[in-house]
Amino acid sequence: MASFVSNVSTLVESGLRGPALTRRRALALRVGAVIAFVALWSGLAGLVVALRLFNPIFLPGPWLVLGSLAELAAKGQLWGHVGATLERVAIGFGTGAALGVALGLAAGYLVPVRNVVEPIVEMLRPIPPLAVLPLFIVWVGIGEPSKIGFITYATFFPIFLTTVTGVRQIDPLLLRAARSLGARGLALFTRVILPAALPDILIGLRLGVALAFFVIVISEFIGAEQGLGYLINDGRNFFLVPQMLGAAVVLGLLGYAGSELVRLLERRLTRWQHPA
Amino acid sequence: MTGGPKIQIRGVAKSFGAAGRTAPALAEVDLDVAERELVCLLGPSGCGKSTLLNIVAGFLAPSTGIVLVDGRPVTGPAPERGVVFQEYALFPWLTVTGNVEFGPLLQSRPAAERKRTVDRYLDLVGLRVHADKFPAQLSGGMKQRVAIARALANDPTVILMDEPFGALDAQTREVLQDELSHIQRVEHKTILFVTHSIREAVYLADRVVVMTSAPGRIKQVFPIKLPEVRDRFAPEFTQYESDITRVVKEEVAKVRE
Amino acid sequence: MSAAATRAIAMLSALALWAVVAHGNAWLEVVNPVLLPTPVEVGRVAVDLTRSGELARHFVTSLGRIAQGFGLAAVAALGLGLLVGLCVPLRLMTEPVIEFVRPIPPLAFLPMFLVWFGLGEASKVAFIGYTTFFPMFVAMAASVLRVDVVLLRAAASLGASRADLVRRVMLPAALPGIVVALRLGVGLALFVIVGAEFMGADAGLGHLIMEGRTFFNPAQIVMGALVLGLLGSVINTLLLAAERRLLRWRAAA
Repeated sequence: MASFVSNVSTLVESGLRGPALTRRRALALRVGAVIAFVALWSGLAGLVVALRLFNPIFLPGPWLVLGSLAELAAKGQLWGHVGATLERVAIGFGTGAALGVALGLAAGYLVPVRNVVEPIVEMLRPIPPLAVLPLFIVWVGIGEPSKIGFITYATFFPIFLTTVTGVRQIDPLLLRAARSLGARGLALFTRVILPAALPDILIGLRLGVALAFFVIVISEFIGAEQGLGYLINDGRNFFLVPQMLGAAVVLGLLGYAGSELVRLLERRLTRWQHPA
Repeated sequence: MTGGPKIQIRGVAKSFGAAGRTAPALAEVDLDVAERELVCLLGPSGCGKSTLLNIVAGFLAPSTGIVLVDGRPVTGPAPERGVVFQEYALFPWLTVTGNVEFGPLLQSRPAAERKRTVDRYLDLVGLRVHADKFPAQLSGGMKQRVAIARALANDPTVILMDEPFGALDAQTREVLQDELSHIQRVEHKTILFVTHSIREAVYLADRVVVMTSAPGRIKQVFPIKLPEVRDRFAPEFTQYESDITRVVKEEVAKVRE
Repeated sequence: MSAAATRAIAMLSALALWAVVAHGNAWLEVVNPVLLPTPVEVGRVAVDLTRSGELARHFVTSLGRIAQGFGLAAVAALGLGLLVGLCVPLRLMTEPVIEFVRPIPPLAFLPMFLVWFGLGEASKVAFIGYTTFFPMFVAMAASVLRVDVVLLRAAASLGASRADLVRRVMLPAALPGIVVALRLGVGLALFVIVGAEFMGADAGLGHLIMEGRTFFNPAQIVMGALVLGLLGSVINTLLLAAERRLLRWRAAA
């Protein structure tokens, strides 16, 4: 690379994305960047310790974060917390997805249902879901039902909305063709409407998974004895910064795995959209 | 500058790709273009004619060789060399006026002068009434007229045209060829024009340069000795057309093999 | 019927549905009426808090935090987004780091910000800045990188310098994407400000809502939620209007 910052000549030659790199070169850069990131973090943390800039507790090095995770795992506690969070996300998201898809299909296809459901959704949608969390706590207490119910509530909206969009953009010709072939009632739903709306539904599911991990944290901050959010908030009370960062990283990994899972599902279920 | 050719292309070659796996696109091209001359580069698709134009424009650096304009080497794009692109490349967020005014504005010309320039060139391409429209509101032919006006408004001495009428329908294409030939009689620019239409080349060019299939080199040069205002149905015209077609066909056949 | 009218009717009918359910419950006492406040009760809380000036105080506090955090993040995201277009190595270096950090739900870092910046304003502003920066940066960089090289070539052949290319080509060409990113950022800021104000705040709409929980006053929770929803709708409408004005050229056909 001749110059770090592109000049006019390089800009007009290869555009803003720059010249195409070989696979190996691109991979090396990516790996290098992650190593540089971790090195920078370690260096900063080490510097804080060495120079006594401020209490090193505030910026633990990556080894301390990994260490605290290893310690929790060795004590057998980590799995309990991961399990609790995963269970809440799975049940909450599962219920939210089922409700969102079912109601979305109905509202997308049946005008009367749409007329009833849409106004309510329209009114609630601009309200940040977190603002409703205390209401759930007041209603059903601080235990599992409020946490799960809250995730259901939060994930319902994107899934419902994309499902409605998916159904409404089905080509009417397709429905007419199906009907003329004898598809009626449930068969029309399961064999035509559902598959045709599937790509949009899957987009909603992906948004929903991300949102579920997004909001689970805060409901576990408030009155929980288990879960990764609890681990983070507990770490805060006792100034266990490595534990806080470790739990955050685990949450990130879980969220990443969740969205990859939906992506995998997407690839399998909507293969017809991208013929090889 | 006296006498010497306006554009001198000397041993220009270009290959693409990362080190080790390069594909030659252009092999050793030498070509001179005289002042006020209109030269058409003609060849099968993928023969590197656009690559050569991009090198003269200064968008691409040649792998070897050099391009001189007025005796000075080309090192990058410059306002002395206006470019008209096949895909118009109008700035969609600017009106027709804004697009034509772009070059003069960069050179900090005073507003009154800019207005005169815009009016003059919009009149030349017959788009004065559309001055306040956005590109999205124009047809393809109108867009390309704006692009030509934009290039001219910067008062370049050389204009490089990369298949400028390639995306237009047949009728619009001939209308714009007429307009370009009219503009050339008024403005007298030095023009390098890339096309794959033999008819277009014979209609516009002082010289037609036929290139070989990839890696492109110059196969044959046809000086067109026809009057300034040309008749597409004159026997001399069709004679040039069939002569050039024969040469081009050999190259197209090579690509097929 | 216009879209606005349809929306208005939908909102009104949802409001009516709420009123019927809540008042019906107050009358029949299916569940404890306190748990299901009626529109009238919520309105009364709103009037009381407006009279005492409390609502304005919380509202202004939240809005100030959002404005600062989001504003800083937006400026940084735009600057870095443009820089990433101008500097290929920087882009290649930032991509994997962002992919590494981004899946972590930002709220998981909220307690970190309280530890780092204390319980005061700084932690809230920094947290909103952190949360909104990444998605805005990713969206802005993507729209900068989509700028067609032909437009850069056209401008350069008309005599544009590098600064001209940034100001007169990259910025306007990326503007549609930039505006979308800003709307995304505002939505996210409104989302997380509530969470940030749940924890160790003594003012703000999130605090007001949490207070409703502490003193078992669901009407206050509902009112706070509605104010936030309204604020979000207003901001979104304003941004959409700005977008339409700014991007007239796109819909011009």
